[in-house]
Amino acid sequence: MITAILYQIVQMLLVLALAPALTGWVRLVKARLLGRRGPSLLQPYRDLLRLLRKEVVLAHNASWLFRATPYAMFTAIWLAAGLVPVFTTQLALAPAADLIALIALLGTARFFLALAGMDIGTGFGGIGSSREMMIAALAEPAMLMMVFSVAVLVHSTSLADIAAFMTSGMVGLRVSLALALIALVMVAIAENARIPIDNPATHLELTMVHEAMVLEYSGRHLALVEAAAMLKLLLYVALIACIFVPWGLATGQGGSLLAGLLSFLAKLAVAGAGLALFETSVAKMRVFRVGEFLGGALLLSLLGAIFLYVSRGV
Amino acid sequence: MAVAARGRGWVATAVYGGTAVACGLTVLWAITTLATGAAEPAALVLPVGLPWMGAHLRTDALSAFFLLVVNGGGVTASLFGWGYERAHTHQHTDPHHAPSGPVLPFFPLFLAGMSLVLLAADAFTFLVSWEFMSLTSWLLVLSTHRESETPAAAKLYLIMASVGTVCLMLAFGLLAGGPGDMRFDAIRQHAPGDGMAALVLLLVLLGAGSKAGLVPLHVWLPLAHPAAPSHVSALMSGVMTKVAVYAIVRVAFDLLGPPAWWWGGALMAAGTITAVMGVMYALMQDDLKRLLACSTIENIGVILIALALALVFKASSTPVIAALAMSAALLHIANHSLFKSLLFFVAGAVLTATGTRDLNRLGGLIHRLPTTAVLALIGAAAISALPPLNGFVGEWMLFQAILNAPALPEWSSKIGIAVVGAAVALAAALAAACFVRFYGIAFLGRPRSPEAAQAREVGTAMRAAMLIPAALCVAIGVLPTPLIRLFGPAVRAMVEAGPFDDRAYQPWFWLAPTSAVGNSYNGMVLLVVIAVLSAVLVLVIHRWASNRVRWSTAWGCGHEEPDPGALSQYSASSFNQPIRRAFGGTLLNAHDRVSMPEPGDTRPARLTVNWRDPAWTFLFTPVGTALDWLTERVNVLQFLTIRRYLTLMFAALVVVLILVAVVRS
Repeated sequence: MITAILYQIVQMLLVLALAPALTGWVRLVKARLLGRRGPSLLQPYRDLLRLLRKEVVLAHNASWLFRATPYAMFTAIWLAAGLVPVFTTQLALAPAADLIALIALLGTARFFLALAGMDIGTGFGGIGSSREMMIAALAEPAMLMMVFSVAVLVHSTSLADIAAFMTSGMVGLRVSLALALIALVMVAIAENARIPIDNPATHLELTMVHEAMVLEYSGRHLALVEAAAMLKLLLYVALIACIFVPWGLATGQGGSLLAGLLSFLAKLAVAGAGLALFETSVAKMRVFRVGEFLGGALLLSLLGAIFLYVSRGV
Repeated sequence: MAVAARGRGWVATAVYGGTAVACGLTVLWAITTLATGAAEPAALVLPVGLPWMGAHLRTDALSAFFLLVVNGGGVTASLFGWGYERAHTHQHTDPHHAPSGPVLPFFPLFLAGMSLVLLAADAFTFLVSWEFMSLTSWLLVLSTHRESETPAAAKLYLIMASVGTVCLMLAFGLLAGGPGDMRFDAIRQHAPGDGMAALVLLLVLLGAGSKAGLVPLHVWLPLAHPAAPSHVSALMSGVMTKVAVYAIVRVAFDLLGPPAWWWGGALMAAGTITAVMGVMYALMQDDLKRLLACSTIENIGVILIALALALVFKASSTPVIAALAMSAALLHIANHSLFKSLLFFVAGAVLTATGTRDLNRLGGLIHRLPTTAVLALIGAAAISALPPLNGFVGEWMLFQAILNAPALPEWSSKIGIAVVGAAVALAAALAAACFVRFYGIAFLGRPRSPEAAQAREVGTAMRAAMLIPAALCVAIGVLPTPLIRLFGPAVRAMVEAGPFDDRAYQPWFWLAPTSAVGNSYNGMVLLVVIAVLSAVLVLVIHRWASNRVRWSTAWGCGHEEPDPGALSQYSASSFNQPIRRAFGGTLLNAHDRVSMPEPGDTRPARLTVNWRDPAWTFLFTPVGTALDWLTERVNVLQFLTIRRYLTLMFAALVVVLILVAVVRS
């Protein structure tokens, strides 16, 4: 129990420490792919520290909800990121929330951020909030269907069980898992406001979603909102790694912590480079094409579940 | 006049106080019954009703659970009603304008009617109480008859309620069968055949479903529920729909005997359509109370899905999973009655404070109604199924049941349940969007009308009435297990197992039903961790980073400050535009029309949003037209001579005799 608590604390600090680096890495690779030198890997840390030290500028009619949201959403996402096993599955908080609760925890963060977007009463906040909720309405069913496929296979939605099952080698290559993986990647792109759904670097009013929602934030509040976005990216990478490529993860049966940690760093590097490559190779789509993109993800994951029934006869 | 008002005040205090006490006692009694698991259901035969039978009353665990929900809603509604009454008598000293004049006599009768439905143990008493409940609620809807929309809503409600009762009558007639013994005990003795069971189930779905708001029989809900005063709306939407669900549970799980899997399939299809369509209707509404009434449709759909899963698993003899689904259904029933009452009270408070319930005239109420705003936020988050509140626990258990679909033998239910799972997720995500819109437009942003800008916080009684369900929403979300255990006897009576039956040890602060899918959830841990981390974060940042704040004017997109109509702000119809485009076109035939004036023309550009409920387009309008046509034809009969009437009667008699002869032989 004590080790589990210790691992939990290490994990919470680890995800917090690594999240800006992952975002920095994606930006760096993207810049290199575009033929620029790009900022240093440490630039996101400097940006966050700079924002933390700045004063907050609040609109006259900002309510307590606007001021409380950055803290609430940051901790919700931080907690969620702490629940995904990154180097070991022996985490103290693991039994408190399974995969479904984790998705819902992200939903709580989104709910509050969308409300905060509407608090000042400017046009941009409304644009961002309403589009974010539409994207979520499309992404959540796809996500849960993915969970369904995995749960049919593993007979559990606890992430520790899933990782243990997937490392056990009882799985083999499966078409339905590949479909679920594609669906999860598509959902992850949408949820993290990446190209082609949204552009994290844009401030062009007609196309922005996430950035529009947080436009009124400044100073330490903005730092928290941005850090939360970085954590969320890390969380999704960790989630994909934990479900589909859990090798190296220390489970109850053994596996060393150091190997877990190093393999996680390698997975982050690969995933970040892959994301950068993908983002530079596609164009952003119109907001109302998102339905087709995420509808595709839903159908893929549903197909995955049905394939699973057919192939296993379960 | 002042004396008259004061007199009314005393009457109101007596009525609402008495109702609250009666409901409170019933709640206590129901809790003790469930907690002690009274083995022998109490039965009572009253010498009223049909002379050869009397009225049979009986309380088993299921009735006790529903009595708890109904009367729990009754307690808070009485408290809120009392405060509402005082606020409105204060505003309108003229008794003719007191909005809730005719409410007082019918309010306790309505609650009594609902309780009687739950206690009835024979079909006759059940139907009489059912009709009593319908009529009292109809009279309560009519209490606002001075408002222009009420008469049409009340008429539609009366028609739907009558049709529903007729269907239930036929269903119980079929159940009673040849001997015609209407006692539930007698009905349980002989299970009907396959075809008969299907017919009974269909009739009950039509009869009770029209009361619960099953799509496409939901059309009266968004009109009639909001028409009544808010505490009555809370009862109609949060509680009366549950009485209808009780009728479905009683028939499908108890009276009809051992289920076949396709009963669940039928119920599941109905529930899925209801859940998705209900939340789409809710997203399209600009009226606070209509939005809430439509969201009730969605929640009824979710409850029906859970019940359907329980039926399917019960039929395939996996009782522990059936118990999980049943517990999810009962938990969601209790949860929905809590947060829907809460949100209707919020709507009532907003109406009291601003005089309007049009979302496009509200805004910024978080500054004017601080307490109501906090409680409304809890309600909105709970109904959006967000952890760590109670709505999420119900949905979590429902998903756990859905994830057990592979255990079922039929292919159609395996794949069907996967699709239903996606639909439930879609409905939950859309509900979150709906309540971001509800809260964001009404409470956040800038006021969209002078009334909203001048709103004043409501009185203590109303706030207390909102506080009770809000506190329970948090408590159940954090500690659901004791409540699920409390429902245990009701679950066991319906599916012959409890949700924790295959767990050797189940601590009270942890939720881990059935070991078939090895998952657990602990809302308390989540809440505590989030609270502690947030507090630490605030302290650390304010201590070491920065705690400076500068107040400034937000960029108004070229509009001057103050921009009086808050025109640059998102409105209720702009907020749902993305969802309208993504889903509304297909489901609701929604389309926007923009009329843009020519350059140089100073008319404002206009955007009109049109959408139509397919239930009206494809069901009610054609049926209405057909009925009109038929009445035209039948109208001829009114103008015949006596001779022809006698001929007709003779012909009818002959036809009946021939029918009897054919049936007998």
